[in-house]
Amino acid sequence: MSAAKRKAKTFKKPDELIAYADEQMAALGRRKMELRVCAGPGCVARGANKIYDALVREIDANKAALKKKGLEVDTAFKAKCTGCHGLCQAGPVVSFEPSGLFYTRVQEKNVKGIVDKTLLEDETIESLLYHQGHEKGGDIVEHYNDIPFYSLQTRVALQNVGVLDPVSFEDFIAHGGMRGFIKALTQMTPDEVVEEVAESGLRGRGGAGFPTGRKWKGALRVKEDRVWLICNGDEGDPGAFMDRAIMEGDPYAVLEGMLIAAYALGATDGFIYVRHEYPLAVKHLQYAIEHLREIGLLGKNILGRKMDFDLKISRGGGAFVCGESSALMRSLEGKVGEPRAKYVRSVEKGYRDEPTVLNNAETFVCVPRILDKGAHFFASMGSETSKGTKAFSLVGKVKNTGLIEVPMGRTLREIIYDIGGGIMGDRPFKAVQTGGPSGGCLPADKLDLPVDFDTLSRAGAMMGSGGMIVMDDQTCMVDVAKYFVKFLIGESCGKCVPCREGLRQVHTLLEKITSGRGELSDLEKIEKLCHTMEVASLCALGKSAPYPVTSTLQYFKEEYLEHIEEGKCRAGVCKDLIRYEINKDCIGCLLCKKRCPVDAIEGENKKLHVIDQDICIQCGICYDVCPVDTVDIISGGVAVNREDGGAKAKAKAPAKA
Amino acid sequence: MSETVSIPKLTKDDTKKLDGIFKRYPKNEASLIMVLQDIQDEIHWLHPDALDRTSEELDVPRGRVESVATFYRAFALEPRGKKLVKVCMGTACHVRGAGMLVDEIERQLGVTAGHGMSEDGLFSLETVNCVGACAMAPVVVVDDNYYAEVGTGKLEKIFKQERKS
Ligand SMILES: Cc1cc2nc3c(=O)[nH]c(=O)nc-3n(C[C@H](O)[C@H](O)[C@H](O)COP(=O)(O)O)c2cc1C
Ligand code: FES
Ligand code: FES
Repeated sequence: MSAAKRKAKTFKKPDELIAYADEQMAALGRRKMELRVCAGPGCVARGANKIYDALVREIDANKAALKKKGLEVDTAFKAKCTGCHGLCQAGPVVSFEPSGLFYTRVQEKNVKGIVDKTLLEDETIESLLYHQGHEKGGDIVEHYNDIPFYSLQTRVALQNVGVLDPVSFEDFIAHGGMRGFIKALTQMTPDEVVEEVAESGLRGRGGAGFPTGRKWKGALRVKEDRVWLICNGDEGDPGAFMDRAIMEGDPYAVLEGMLIAAYALGATDGFIYVRHEYPLAVKHLQYAIEHLREIGLLGKNILGRKMDFDLKISRGGGAFVCGESSALMRSLEGKVGEPRAKYVRSVEKGYRDEPTVLNNAETFVCVPRILDKGAHFFASMGSETSKGTKAFSLVGKVKNTGLIEVPMGRTLREIIYDIGGGIMGDRPFKAVQTGGPSGGCLPADKLDLPVDFDTLSRAGAMMGSGGMIVMDDQTCMVDVAKYFVKFLIGESCGKCVPCREGLRQVHTLLEKITSGRGELSDLEKIEKLCHTMEVASLCALGKSAPYPVTSTLQYFKEEYLEHIEEGKCRAGVCKDLIRYEINKDCIGCLLCKKRCPVDAIEGENKKLHVIDQDICIQCGICYDVCPVDTVDIISGGVAVNREDGGAKAKAKAPAKA
Repeated sequence: MSETVSIPKLTKDDTKKLDGIFKRYPKNEASLIMVLQDIQDEIHWLHPDALDRTSEELDVPRGRVESVATFYRAFALEPRGKKLVKVCMGTACHVRGAGMLVDEIERQLGVTAGHGMSEDGLFSLETVNCVGACAMAPVVVVDDNYYAEVGTGKLEKIFKQERKS
């Protein structure tokens, strides 16, 4: 990441900061072209950092030629690393401003061409363009604004993620950063700020959807000297990375949100609690904190006003339950992260038993936008009871896997099909899981439900913090239920019996069903256990733990019944209920025989191969490596990978368009 | 698979690292998790001697140190192999077939997820929840190397490569 040189200048008055912002905006206005290399988690995992380094070298070598074209490096032209662009499926991605030209699946070897052709000759490199559906033959789209994945989104929380160099304050402020804070500080009283947030209708993005304005008003009523302010960046929902993208890609905005809250609530000290798997988020936030301290935006007498606020980062210990607010506060105290019963209100007794206001990272990022553009701007978007926009991580078996943001109230179908591009390999949709381990799975006939806090809860799922996992016919719903229960067993703090023991027993029963030993009465037992957990668990983890199970039982009961009555897993997932067989189309290439780790495959060159079922351990390698797709998965007496037009037939690999 | 894990002594280098860590934080209970995290990062596991010292330095009962160390998943209470293999078991990876991977990696490397290391001391295996690269699910990470869209058929090649590097 290009750590921009720090400007050690301290701002002693709001006016100085405003003047500086004007300067930076003017400088940005003079910029003719920008090249943005995505350095979000997905792209980095595919080698984005190497691409960026190579680009910097190549640009450096062509400085003179670029200057001749009017693209003087660092003034008229800038190459930078940004946070997640959103369309991770196409990564590593590189975009150009202001044209919006969008390159996908970029490799190091393309770098020279990007500089020689695109920068110097204004030529577009066809092979790097996005194909609709990521498939060869799909329509080619040159500019990201024309890709439905982007054009159907409304970005508020994510507006600058993928746009900014995350560790450049100049870039941040040139894109409107700190405008919200300056407005609050210079034109509004703390009460007015709280009122504005309340009016916007903002509800907490961490999952529960508690109205932020109401929480803050509650804190104002507590007359104590000290209020702690905490940002929850724990993001424990597996399959969700919105908060990560925000903290990594726009760290100054998180801090701005906290500054506004600190001003409104009179908080002097704060924490950001970041999940330990997010080292880059910690690094960027740490950089931003130190920098704001240096320039007088954190610390004593901020911008020369009577406002003191400073904060620290605390890295989480990697326990899901620590995302729960009371457990998080215990963890901050250096203790085991056990939640406590809800009747104690943390705005009165939170961290160290002192008044504490805790909000999610995305919630904080919405605050500067609300202050800057007004409560009405935010309230005008969204549904009746859920205002504004919401970020989601759209993952699983969907074509456009990535990070998105839409106004609340869009339907699941719009999100999955219009933005997400539909199901990978055009397979049938089976379910969408929302709300993480506290949420549920919704079937196809719920696709037209609008996504907001209340509608999904009524349907037996919940919107949660924004993880949205799409499942197709190759996903076994009993297995999914078992997966979440197992996850929660690992994460239950063990303090209360219904949660600790209930989860274990449900898991044993589900294990029984997926291994083919299930009985019908097990389903009743599961339902009973779920009910007990829901009513008798101590904290929200246990109370909501049954939802993945109850929602699958409600909507996909026939799959449970098939496992029990026919010993069949229609998705071909449950190992004990499937066996692999090689069908008559086998070309006798010996590949599977060579690769089988337990030598279970008999066969000679050009002759039909056979799997010895007594030796086979169902590792699936033969299925994976067969070049002509002749390995069948047999369950309940049928080849489940061929049924229904081929459930489990290999999805067309998401072609490298 | 080694059942009883013999515990190596803390090296001089390790002790120096510990000195550095304790200098960084105020000596009280609130620093406990941060200190343990730094030990984990720098020595790669929570050596019993390091826990003893943490208890002394921060003036926190040894039992409390132990309970925090076992509660949080980020901490390893056994020595680890040279390379850490992480299989993402996040939901996105699970629905794209990550469940098959753990069994097969355990078999191929002769390790148990969460415990011990391979006989040659090279690999330890851990499952993690979402590494944020869901678009490339299922994801396997070996130290800092990410492997995308991993099926069981790809594993052999991955480990061959990792053994060489
Ligand atoms: C088991 C459990 C895990 C949670 N994990 C998170 C999390 O990772 N991140 C988060 O912001 N909120 C999480 N929450 C919700 C928090 O308790 C809290 O409601 C939220 O952070 C408040 O911020 P908000 O009002 O801005 O959403 C979790 C709740 C429970 C019960
Ligand atoms: S990480 Fe690059 S697009 Fe998401
Ligand atoms: S679920 Fe595996 S990377 Fe997100």
